[in-house]
Parts: sequence; structure tokens; C-alpha cells
Amino acid sequence: MQQKELLPHLFRTEYRKIIAVLVRHFGFEQLTLAEDIASDTFLIAAETWGLKGLPENPVAWLYTVAKNKARDQVKRNSVFKQKVRPAMITDERSLPETDIDLSDENIKDSQLQMMFAIADPVLSLESQTALILRILCGFGIDEIADAFLTNKETIHKRLGRAKEKLRLAKIKIRLPATPEINQGVDAVLTSLYLLFNEGYYSSCRNTVLRKDFCLEAMRLTLLLVENGQTNTAGAEALFALMCFHASRFDARTDENGEIIRYDEQNVALWNEELIAKGHYYLNKSSRGKELSRYHIEAAIAYWHTIKNDNSEKWENILQLYNQLLCVIYSPVTALNRTYAISKINGKQAAIQEAEQLGLTNNHLYHVLLGYLYTGSDQEKAVRHLKTALQLAKTERERILIRKDIINLEI
Amino acid sequence: MNEFLLIFRREYKTAVAQPSPEELQNMMKAWQNWMGSIAARNKLANSGNRLSEEGKVVKPGSVVTNGPYVEMKEAIGGYIIIRADSMEEAAEISKGCPILGVGGNVEVRTIVPMEP
Repeated sequence: MQQKELLPHLFRTEYRKIIAVLVRHFGFEQLTLAEDIASDTFLIAAETWGLKGLPENPVAWLYTVAKNKARDQVKRNSVFKQKVRPAMITDERSLPETDIDLSDENIKDSQLQMMFAIADPVLSLESQTALILRILCGFGIDEIADAFLTNKETIHKRLGRAKEKLRLAKIKIRLPATPEINQGVDAVLTSLYLLFNEGYYSSCRNTVLRKDFCLEAMRLTLLLVENGQTNTAGAEALFALMCFHASRFDARTDENGEIIRYDEQNVALWNEELIAKGHYYLNKSSRGKELSRYHIEAAIAYWHTIKNDNSEKWENILQLYNQLLCVIYSPVTALNRTYAISKINGKQAAIQEAEQLGLTNNHLYHVLLGYLYTGSDQEKAVRHLKTALQLAKTERERILIRKDIINLEI
Repeated sequence: MNEFLLIFRREYKTAVAQPSPEELQNMMKAWQNWMGSIAARNKLANSGNRLSEEGKVVKPGSVVTNGPYVEMKEAIGGYIIIRADSMEEAAEISKGCPILGVGGNVEVRTIVPMEP
């Protein structure tokens, strides 16, 4: 009975480690081979443990099987080469090193290097996220499909194309050289930030899965932060941002997985430990002159962890949104800025700002105006919410908007 | 959509009474809010720069004069670039510029696109 819980757990923690080490060992062009070996290892484990019971040390057992399979593979490969291309092999020593190193250190290094390889600009951000989820986090194809609100087939194709591109581009598994490392780190950060947001803002109803995505993004970001070569101020700021956001994880969804908005959350559920951790890394990230978008966003997230709804809090948030918009525009930031204005100067002032945003095709714009008109013009508020209902893209959002309309009409 | 250069001018030499720290704070906030409101409409093309007061003007014949404002009554204090549908819209946006509150003005110029 015990195996039933153990195998999924081990798959989640060990599959990705075996892949990372194998890929580092064999090179990216052998990614499929690495996946085959890892998958086969787990298949053998399921059968063997099912028949004979659990080994004393299941992890070590998995590693041994994976190593043996990898060694067999190399042998088979060399036999193939000897038969087909005998001229190629001139010396026994030209065979690749067969000792697969599954030490903690090598696992960490391999995963770190893989992140850099996957974040290569030859891949679209969407493909990067899917690949990270699959081979660095060990999520199942069906889980990834759920999160992206699509089917398994699409994810299979996306992963296949991504692997092919990496193979053709001959992407190497290694850390970039020192002059380029910051640029490389930035690419990885973009990818990890997207992964985190995929979990945090996904319309998928599976809250456990979404939380797992966020935790995985945090685990990978921490790998960067804890490595002396990759711990840039931007990486630390991003990690702080993730901690602050994640601190509200338990407060922002109800038992059915529906979203609870910020001002309706039970602040007692905010996680103090994560807030403190975010604080620590935000301070650490402020050591130099670098001010990345993650610094600004982490500072905004920090102010959101302040429970007291005073004007100082919203004044600071507004200024940070101003700053963030000057660095990088996004409609959501523009709308959030307007919400901050309503907190400081009242809803009327915010309505004036909102109307200049030119976002009338955005459902969140109408949700915001619905909120801003509530109390002064119920009719207009309802009209905006009904427009929002038509423009909303997911059922999850529509449920939330319908609730708002019902509350207004009572 | 065109791009427009907004040039901020005011007289640096007029002895405006030294603002209090609170006034300075408010001034800064006003600038941030104005810039933020342009950026929130996705119309900030370049957040530009603020120029320091000292400068030199170089003229033909190796004539170098100190400070651009020796002959110009109003010196350029800074600039940003915005996006707008028309000159009218760009001018409308400029009406919110905080420099107008301290006796300055905004010059709005259309940037000639490379590919007309």
C-alpha cells in the first residue's frame, strides 16, 4: 500500500534530478534518451517494488538502476558505432565517461545549467515554461496541459518542437561565461517569473497544482540565489517578490478554488514566515545600484503585505506603480495604479484616470470601473460589470463577476 | 501614432524662494504622478532626462560661452518623449505637467519619423 504514495512522490522529486544529470552527461541532443532512461527506471521500480516490496533505500535504488541503464546505453551505442562506423573509433578512451554522478552537488549544478540552456532565446517563452515544468520540475504532461488550459496533444507537440530546436541550435549545458552571465540570468529570471505567474494567476481550478507550480518556480529561483555565480540582485529581488506573493496563497482562494480578492482576504491567513523571508531577500537585493523591474515589483508586493490600510501604504504603492510603468508598461499595472489612486484620492478621481487608459476592451478595466462606480452610480457599475462578463475569457473570472453583479443588485 | 518631444523650460536664475522639504516632496510626487499617468496610457515612449544647470554653448570661431542661459532667458531643464495621436493630444497631455505650476513651460515638438 505504501508504494502508492511513495512512487508519485519520488517521481516528483527524483525524475527531474536523474534527467538533469543525464542530460548534462550526454548533452542536450540526447534529451529524449535521458527522458527514456528516467521513465524506464521508474517503470522498473513500479514493477520490482510491486512484486518484491520496497528496497531499503528507494532513492539509491533508483539512482543505481538509472546509472546502469545509462552505462548500457553507452555500451550499446559504442557497439553500434563499432559496427556501423568502425573508422570513427580509434581508441577505447574516446568513449564517453560512463560514470554517472548523482551526488547532491552535481544534481544542483546540472539543474542550474539546464535552466540556462532552456532559457535560450531560440525558444519562445511558452515553450520554455513547458520544458521547465516537464524536465526541471517533473510535472506530468496532463498536469501541464491542465495548467495551460489545453490538451495533452498540444503540450506533447510543444515539447517536441522545443527539444528539436534546442538540438538543432546545439545548445550546450553549461553556465554562460562571466561577461554574459548577467544576460543569461535575466533570461532565466524571465522564464521563472512566467512560471510563477502561470501558477499564481492561472485560471486552472486545481489549487494544489497551481501552488506546486509556484513552489517549483521558487525552488529554481533559490538555486540561482544560492549560487555564487548567479546570485544577481535581480534574482534576489525576484525571489523576494515570489515570497511576498506566495505569503497570501492560502488567503486568496476559497475551499472551491475560487479567487478571494485582496481586500476581502482573511489577513490572519497570510504567511508571516514567507513575508519575513521576502523581507530578508529584498534587503539583500538592495546592495548595489541595480534597480530591476523585480525590485520595483517586490517593493510593491512588500507594501501589500502591510495589513494596516493607511494612506502611507497606498501613497508608496502608487509611486512604485508610477515607476514600474515608466520602466515597463502592462495593462494590469495601469489598472492597479488606478486602484491605488482610488485608495488615496477617492473613487471619483480614479474614474477620471481610468477613463484615459484606453483599455475598454479589457474585462479587468470594466471590473475596476464596476468597483469604482459602486456607491455613487449603481446603474453604471452594473453596466460595466455586464460588459466585463461578456469580455471575460474564463469561467473562473465569470463566476467572480457574476457574484459582484448579484451583490450590487441586492 | 506619432512621437512627440516635450521640452521643459523654466528660468533657473529667478530666485524662487527655496522650497521646503515638504514642497520638494510634493513636487517630486507631482512629477511621478504625471509621468505615471502618461505611462499608464502606454504613451510614454522614453522617460527622458533631467539636465543639470551648468552647460556651455559652442559657437563658430571657437567661441565658448558659459551656460546656455546667458542668452536664453529660459534654459532647458529636461525632456521626455511621448506617443500621441495628434499634436492636439500631445499638447493636452502637456497641460498636466508640473513645471507649469512653477512658472515654466512645455514645448511640444513632433519627432520626424525615420520612415515617413
